[in-house]
Amino acid sequence: MTKTTSNKTNFISDMKRFFPLLKNLVSKDFKIKYRRSVLGVAWSVLNPLFTMLVITTVFGKLLKIQVENFATYYIVGFAIWNFFSEATSNSLGSILSSAPLIKKVYIPKYIFPLEKCLFSLVNFFFTLIAVIIVMLFQGVIPSVTAILFPIPVMFCFVFVCGVSLFLSAATVYFRDIQHLYGVLLTMLMYLTPIIYPLSLLEEHKFVLKIVKLNPITHYVEYFRGLVMYNTIPNLKENLVCIAMSLGMFLIGALVFKKAQGKFILHI
Amino acid sequence: MNENAVELRNVEMHFNMSKEKLESLKEYFLKFMKRQLYFEDFVAVDNVSFDIKKGDVFGIVGLNGCGKSTTLKIISGILEPTKGTVKTHGTIAPLIELGAGFDMDLTARENIYLNGSVLGYSKKFMDEKFDEIVEFSEMQEFLDVPMKNYSSGMVARIGFAIATVTTPDILIVDEILAVGDFLFQQKCEERINAMINDDTTVIIVSHSIEQIERLCKHCVWLEKGKVKMIGEAAEVCDAYKNSQR
Repeated sequence: MTKTTSNKTNFISDMKRFFPLLKNLVSKDFKIKYRRSVLGVAWSVLNPLFTMLVITTVFGKLLKIQVENFATYYIVGFAIWNFFSEATSNSLGSILSSAPLIKKVYIPKYIFPLEKCLFSLVNFFFTLIAVIIVMLFQGVIPSVTAILFPIPVMFCFVFVCGVSLFLSAATVYFRDIQHLYGVLLTMLMYLTPIIYPLSLLEEHKFVLKIVKLNPITHYVEYFRGLVMYNTIPNLKENLVCIAMSLGMFLIGALVFKKAQGKFILHI
Repeated sequence: MNENAVELRNVEMHFNMSKEKLESLKEYFLKFMKRQLYFEDFVAVDNVSFDIKKGDVFGIVGLNGCGKSTTLKIISGILEPTKGTVKTHGTIAPLIELGAGFDMDLTARENIYLNGSVLGYSKKFMDEKFDEIVEFSEMQEFLDVPMKNYSSGMVARIGFAIATVTTPDILIVDEILAVGDFLFQQKCEERINAMINDDTTVIIVSHSIEQIERLCKHCVWLEKGKVKMIGEAAEVCDAYKNSQR
């Protein structure tokens, strides 16, 4: 067993050795999130439900957005969107907040953003319970195609990992990102068809173009098509999704790999 | 067959000592435009080379800020040296500041598993060793209490028990024996001695020169990042003590 400096150790053996850590960190996050709250895990289901109530009241009833079964429409899109926004904003500071560990023990640093993504993925499945509740309540019967839902979720997960790796590395060098990202997320949310249908933008060709350039739009539409409208996206759409996910993942991974050696000098 | 557990060759570690750390884009941009991006180069470890033989007990002494901890971090792979190479042979268990991986909101039981996985141990392995860890730390009563209610000595006990549950090839000990009461300190030393007999290479940093003299075979004395003296522990410690007067 010989190794030169640890940064050059093999990715696979690292991954194998630290897989239990990944698992433990996820369960730690989970325990800490709900410790001492009376309703505990139920909040993972209740939170999206309450958000849905607020949004459907404001946008469905007051602003009268014309979508059939608006509550379902919203919460299906929200599930994907929330996964993205929660995972990326948690990952953002993951390297910084793990500074005490990183400074003292050798751990592959990508574990930290990756852990946040996995944690959000677990939360996503709880949101799905809320989705089912709303569907039952509105009498929307899920399409047969709904069983394919892991596909867009997987695309989205890979994309989210890429963004998270990039953001967590960039934040170490420029802390401003922490403040900027909130605004950016709000902007992105409105550029994703969660509370409005794409058809609403038909008169605004330019905005529609931007919305369609937003990768999350594709994942949301893919997922919603499967669950609500019994549609399977064509090959081209699938390829677009794969390209965006892998592209983002590669960018994130490369930036992270290049930056990680100097993390310790900045945290 | 390689006789050395650790080989350091011309290792240098430089730090950016910019007085104000630029952490925002705007600051960075402004300074960049004004061409005020000066960095002061601080050399924490300067051209250090030494070998540590397998099974040796190796001490590092020196005043505060002479590069002891930096050297340890380079050996354990946390820091990458700016120049030079480090070679280590075998598994390393770093004891650098015990309890680094603890989450104070979790109970001791949960933390033992978490910390075990931080050190790269599997769940199965931790299941087997759990009782041993608890027994050594003598914390049976407090297992399900959140660690934030622990005293620092209690935290250190658990940390030490986890880190030494395996017999690593190389054990790195940084000042940790200063915590805990004298009984526990004795217990720690006993365990380290047992490891030494087990052919583990031990690297110790301590301000307690008596401890180094008692435990170590060889020793290096660092001064301002440079090797001042290296050799038999007794000789180096004598020279170090005399220089302080």
